[in-house]
Amino acid sequence: MAVLVLLIGISLLVAIGFLMSFFWSVKDGQYDDDYTPSVRMLFDDELLENQSKK
Amino acid sequence: MQQEQFYYDNKVVRNFAYASIIFGLIGMTVGLLIALQLVFPNLNFGIPYTTFGRIRPLHTNAVIFAFVGNGLFAGVYYSLQRLCKSRMYSDVLSNINFWGWQIIILAAAITLPLGLTSGKEYAELEWPIDIAIALIWVVFGWNMFGTILKRRERHLYVAIWFFIATFVTVAVLHIVNSFEMPVSLFKSYSWYAGVQDALVQWWYGHNAVAFFLTTPYLGLMYYFLPKAANRPVYSYRLSIIHFWALIFLYIWAGPHHLLYTSLPDWAQSLGVVFSVMLIAPSWGGMINGLLTLRGAWDKVREDVILKFFVVAITAYGMSTFEGPMLSLKNVNAIAHFTDWIIAHVHIGALGWNGFLTFGMLYWLFPRIYGKELYSKKLANFHFWIGTLGILFYAIPLYWAGITQSLMWKEFTVEGYLKYPNFLETVTQIIPMYALRSVGGLLYLIGVIVMTYNLVKTALSGKLIANELAEAPALTKEYGVAKNEHWHRWIERRPVQLMVLSLVVILIGGAAEIIPTFLIKNNIPTIASVKPYTPLELQGRDIYIREGCNTCHSQMVRPFRSETERYGEYSKAGEFVYDHPFLWGSKRTGPDLHRVGGKYPDSWHYNHMLEPSSMSPGSIMPTYPWLLDDDLDTTSTAAKIRAMQTVGVPYPVGYDLIANKDLMHQADSIKNTLAESGIKTASNKEIVALISYLQRLGKDIKLTTKVQ
Repeated sequence: MAVLVLLIGISLLVAIGFLMSFFWSVKDGQYDDDYTPSVRMLFDDELLENQSKK
Repeated sequence: MQQEQFYYDNKVVRNFAYASIIFGLIGMTVGLLIALQLVFPNLNFGIPYTTFGRIRPLHTNAVIFAFVGNGLFAGVYYSLQRLCKSRMYSDVLSNINFWGWQIIILAAAITLPLGLTSGKEYAELEWPIDIAIALIWVVFGWNMFGTILKRRERHLYVAIWFFIATFVTVAVLHIVNSFEMPVSLFKSYSWYAGVQDALVQWWYGHNAVAFFLTTPYLGLMYYFLPKAANRPVYSYRLSIIHFWALIFLYIWAGPHHLLYTSLPDWAQSLGVVFSVMLIAPSWGGMINGLLTLRGAWDKVREDVILKFFVVAITAYGMSTFEGPMLSLKNVNAIAHFTDWIIAHVHIGALGWNGFLTFGMLYWLFPRIYGKELYSKKLANFHFWIGTLGILFYAIPLYWAGITQSLMWKEFTVEGYLKYPNFLETVTQIIPMYALRSVGGLLYLIGVIVMTYNLVKTALSGKLIANELAEAPALTKEYGVAKNEHWHRWIERRPVQLMVLSLVVILIGGAAEIIPTFLIKNNIPTIASVKPYTPLELQGRDIYIREGCNTCHSQMVRPFRSETERYGEYSKAGEFVYDHPFLWGSKRTGPDLHRVGGKYPDSWHYNHMLEPSSMSPGSIMPTYPWLLDDDLDTTSTAAKIRAMQTVGVPYPVGYDLIANKDLMHQADSIKNTLAESGIKTASNKEIVALISYLQRLGKDIKLTTKVQ
């Protein structure tokens, strides 16, 4: 059942990758504010002037 | 702060949305057809391309990768641009992503009915298509990370995290599971064998559910639900916590698909423990979604989009409660191999993925076409008929699953099986199969109505292909110097660099490690288990081509009810030459692992021609072409060589003389058939298939005899 070693290894690799991105997100201050992002995403400014193509 | 003006790309969103609708219609129609085939076997039409075993994978692939796949791309491409306050990184990549994905789907729609399949559930597509999937998936990731890096909003909204997890994990799973040895352009053998193949397959299979059907749709829920309700998500903090918890737990749950099989016990337990823990983050998502609507339930009464979302999230909660329950060994012992599982996945697919997609589409179309929805009444009709469809689909199948399982396990007071004839347990539940088709039909009618409604909406408006938006630039910008060194380009893109190197490392690592590491480990623990003869190998490939494993398992679990019915329970050492493993996941027909020698050759011959002639009332399709078509023996040598590469110990040079052995064995089967009064040539496909079926599960009986 050597494949178990392989799968656990790969799963751990993925998990470590996610752990690193978790640490990054905390260090980056992503979660310093855990309320306003949920409100901000509701606002999309509708710009109506020159709606034509770029 | 200086405002920047830019345009969101709605065209790619529109394209994916239409693709999702079209393939949804096709996939669900095929689903209805195969549901009806279980009630009226004649609907297989007696031709290869429409038989259950070949088009059931077509249904699952179409619904998962075409309907939900295109749906998730549409949702991601719409929401990611707005959450990042940026157009997609590259229109070229968006287009490659779109057209590439459609070509892959087209390839699947052609190859699967032709019987070109790897035989691994939800990963049936053959190796060239697997490579295309990997490439297009990387294009998607590249485009996504590019957009994230040029975003104008520093905070990554929780939905984006779900999308990132989706991309990374699906890439890894797909590559590891698709590791196969090509024989020809459209034939390959899984690199792994038996138990190992089963474990890799369900590590992939479960995470395909987790990271293709769940995480991206949770991301979409976190975008479209607050938008549609026009209120922030109940708890943003909970969304962050449940995201991280979910992705750390999900990847370990795969072995719960293999409980009571030949997989080592500790691996099974690992899967169970993680599956049970998963209920916490899953319900975190459900609770967060439903509570977003607290104090706004009056809106739900009015707004059909919110109705769709409420049912979707409820279905998500139901199936993620059921999942951990089904992972408990005692529940699994009853539910596994039955229609209970089919009901379970359809609560997820029809309820969660389907209804979330529909709600999203009803929300998207008016916005990208700048027109109100054509008819709210029709949308409401869709909602109710769809909900009714789910109930009519799931409840009969729960009933059928439990009924059949209890019948399999029931003993008389004398200690014999109460229903020794498997067919009795099938005919008992056929009314349930009929009801289920009604549920599927109702659901499909709803989707047809939605298509009409959305097309009408689109026709009455005009696509806002490029939507103007405005946002201040992020302060930290990378300057682009003219005449800079080419390498600066990749240096400024650390995430792409990381992803690309991850992919490279995985491919390289897999190519290095797997052959040396795994093959040596396949040394049989049962000395009497021998590789398949060339004829049996060819027969096995016919078994795979016809998708026999979609309805027949090859895994006798260690229960008395199963050893009584089928024979000795299956041992890990018996599968060491099975590339791929064919344990199956559903017993629409009986298990076949000990079928070898159970019936005479003539029985199989007549049974393939007309199953109901041997088992009156059987719902198995007819396979008349197996009796007429000649076996392609030109592939034998290449197949033997491929098997040698993946570690099956055929003698050196055996590929050259394999066909001689093949003909010899075929002639002997021809002769036994002739003794029963059946005249056939020895080069017909049926002869190879009979040789394989007669070999199944017999090797360990030899040891018993010797002892």
